[in-house]
Amino acid sequence: MHRTESAVLNRRAFLRQSGRLSLGAFTTTAALTGFGQEVVELPFENGQRPLVKYPQKRPMLRLTARPPQLETPFAVFDESPLTPNDAFFVRYHLTNAPPAAELLTPEKFRVQVQGSVTAPVTLSVAELKAGFEPVEVVAVNQCSGNSRGFFEPRIPGGQSGNGMMGNARWRGVRLKDVLAKAGLKAGARQVTFNGLDSPLLPQTPDFVKALDVEHARDGEVMLAYEMNGEPLPWLNGFPLRLVVPGHYGTYWLKHLHEIRVIDETFNGYWMNPAYRIPDNECACVPPGTKPDKTVPIQRYNVRSFITNLQNGAKVQAGQRATVRGIAFDGGEGIREVAFSSDGGQTWQATELGKDHGRYSFREWTAAFTPAKPGSYILQAKATNRAGQKQPDKASWNPAGYMRNVIESTTITAS
Amino acid sequence: MRTLLGVIVLSGMGLAATFPAAETWKLPPDQPPFRPGAGAAVATANCLLCHSSDYVSTQPPLDRTAWLATVNKMREKYGAPLPTNQIAAVVDYLTATYGRKPR
Repeated sequence: MHRTESAVLNRRAFLRQSGRLSLGAFTTTAALTGFGQEVVELPFENGQRPLVKYPQKRPMLRLTARPPQLETPFAVFDESPLTPNDAFFVRYHLTNAPPAAELLTPEKFRVQVQGSVTAPVTLSVAELKAGFEPVEVVAVNQCSGNSRGFFEPRIPGGQSGNGMMGNARWRGVRLKDVLAKAGLKAGARQVTFNGLDSPLLPQTPDFVKALDVEHARDGEVMLAYEMNGEPLPWLNGFPLRLVVPGHYGTYWLKHLHEIRVIDETFNGYWMNPAYRIPDNECACVPPGTKPDKTVPIQRYNVRSFITNLQNGAKVQAGQRATVRGIAFDGGEGIREVAFSSDGGQTWQATELGKDHGRYSFREWTAAFTPAKPGSYILQAKATNRAGQKQPDKASWNPAGYMRNVIESTTITAS
Repeated sequence: MRTLLGVIVLSGMGLAATFPAAETWKLPPDQPPFRPGAGAAVATANCLLCHSSDYVSTQPPLDRTAWLATVNKMREKYGAPLPTNQIAAVVDYLTATYGRKPR
């Protein structure tokens, strides 16, 4: 049992649901979750999520089964600034995912670089390790739709709480070095990436993403084979994935096997119209409206969370407590985190923890002594080194991306 | 025990000692079927071909317009093989079964 103050284990809600499901049209199909399954209640309508054990994972909030989408129990973010591999979130798009073991063996798995290059290359993971300089970065991977469930008005799509994010130490080789080996031709404009997960129907667009050549060759984008000192878990892209520090997870292709250099701007479904945001400063529009112009989603905006106290937590009045949390942004690095215990009326400075690099979670702590019994609204507000802050009011966009409003945690002192 | 043996065998072959053992590559079973109701069969045949039922059951309670938009997206963008003359049946089913309920 891990620390899950917010993880309301709502057995009754589950029993209700499974009772209903067992009356389904195909009663021979057993309800997977079974009686006694623990369920986490995310604080929005239809927010019940069974805690399900997957290979190489501890029980996680299951959003969907096929393909699998698993959310990190939020209390995990209080364990360590690096998110453990066995609790790192999982997000797939296509039916045939994750790819089967036989496609991923050392004998079978290869990554190819082709297209507008002078010498196409095909490399095994062993050849990547032997032939290129290894590099490491601590970087956050966050889903574009992390926290979509909190948008108002609600937006169809993956109904995530705040757990579709994680921070890991990635080890691999620079994409720049691998591209140099293939040799880019003069007209090269973008690089596309494809993984071994695939659609069931031929008419469903394969999940392919693109980066501009300049970005692909910035020396930071990485072909990673290790995560927190271990091979990538199967559900996080084994044996090779793209790491795009500071950029939303949609670009971090898993089971990466095809890298193609092209002379034009890639216009596949997953770049357009999918994964696009309004082309303005806030990436937002008035709720319920559509933007005139969109651009592909890019870097994370600045966010922060309280990790050691969750809604409904109880503390003692008159006693000093430590409030702890994390903050991150798209790569400027965190300059400061402010803390409020009165719903944002007054703010105090916090102490930042160790700097693991500008792409990492940054821990922070604040002292908090509730003077008298009652309810307290705790908030954290991060500012990055470019001066960008979290907004007081949640913004809205049609796809439910990039939530970064100042979050509130309501606790009671007695 | 099998993990240990797997590692030893792979090491002996001079391959990456880290290739996960056989029991790693097994996913939990799929989700239960859609809830019963008029149109459940056509929804099952066309929606659950590509994804599990929780893609629907975890949505907020959407109104008919939103379910229609979703079904159209599945047909037009993802190639769901739902015939035009059965769109209404699926949208009605989703709205009645998973949609916004009267309070």
